[in-house]
Amino acid sequence: MKFFEDTVVGERHELGRHTFTAEAIKAFARRFDPQPFHLDEQAAVRSHFGALCASGWHTAAVCMRLLVDYHRRMDAALLARGEPVAALGPSPGFRAMKWIRPVYAGDTVSYAYEVVGLRPSASRPGWGLMTIGNAGTNQKGEPVISFVSVVFVERRGAA
Amino acid sequence: MPELYWEDFTPGRTFEHGPRRLPREEMVAFAAEFDPQPFHLDDGAAKRTLLGGLAASGWYTCCVLMRMCAEAFVLKSSSMGAPGVDEVKWLKPVRPDQELRLRATVLDVRASNSRPQMGFVRFLFELFDSEGEPVLTLTTSLMMGRRGGAGAA
Repeated sequence: MKFFEDTVVGERHELGRHTFTAEAIKAFARRFDPQPFHLDEQAAVRSHFGALCASGWHTAAVCMRLLVDYHRRMDAALLARGEPVAALGPSPGFRAMKWIRPVYAGDTVSYAYEVVGLRPSASRPGWGLMTIGNAGTNQKGEPVISFVSVVFVERRGAA
Repeated sequence: MPELYWEDFTPGRTFEHGPRRLPREEMVAFAAEFDPQPFHLDDGAAKRTLLGGLAASGWYTCCVLMRMCAEAFVLKSSSMGAPGVDEVKWLKPVRPDQELRLRATVLDVRASNSRPQMGFVRFLFELFDSEGEPVLTLTTSLMMGRRGGAGAA
């Protein structure tokens, strides 16, 4: 991760993409969201969704995974250039999560985030708070998920 | 047939569930799959971070909330899913093997203008630890089929 001071509002980062298989959709649903339209093809056909689709929590959790992987690649690139790497802290929460369209079995979602706000943390010196707008788009270019989250980012010289 | 329809979710009605223990293995397995940051995976690495020790991924806590809601009332209802989540606050780190209780409170309801067979129910969901302190709050509207409506699952 870049340091708080090296991050600017408006930066956009493409995180990568993920294909949601029917098996993975159903396995996730069995663990956390066992509603019929996430668990069973036949029940999903009879529901207002019309076909098996992923739990919105699954779509969000995959975004988190791609974000972590992306920052690992960013860290490796920084280290390779001999530059220091900032720590990414935990998140106090998120808001305005919209499950815009169902993510159906076989859909491939591309994720990206944009930095929309930066402010120093009042309670934790050495850290800043970065607000990011996250978005996922399916293979037809249609938006399927968006949300705004906040995360702690280390400030330069903090350690 | 569902037991609970949109009409049954009156403002102020609450649903409680739990306690449910969050086993360390499940917590760490979720992090390994979806949120592999050091403070969710490894005790030693987590001690040196802002969380001061191993803590659950907030996404895992959200997923546990979903599961508890499913067991508490969603699977007995005419749920048609949700269009999203208004806000989530992760208030306190959730530690391995902690027990959590769920309280769901109906805030308000409204009929759908475009789909007469359903309506929205806006909830406050809270998860409390064994000391009774909230670790997560979540507000969102669920879509529920109306009694006698064709859209109800």
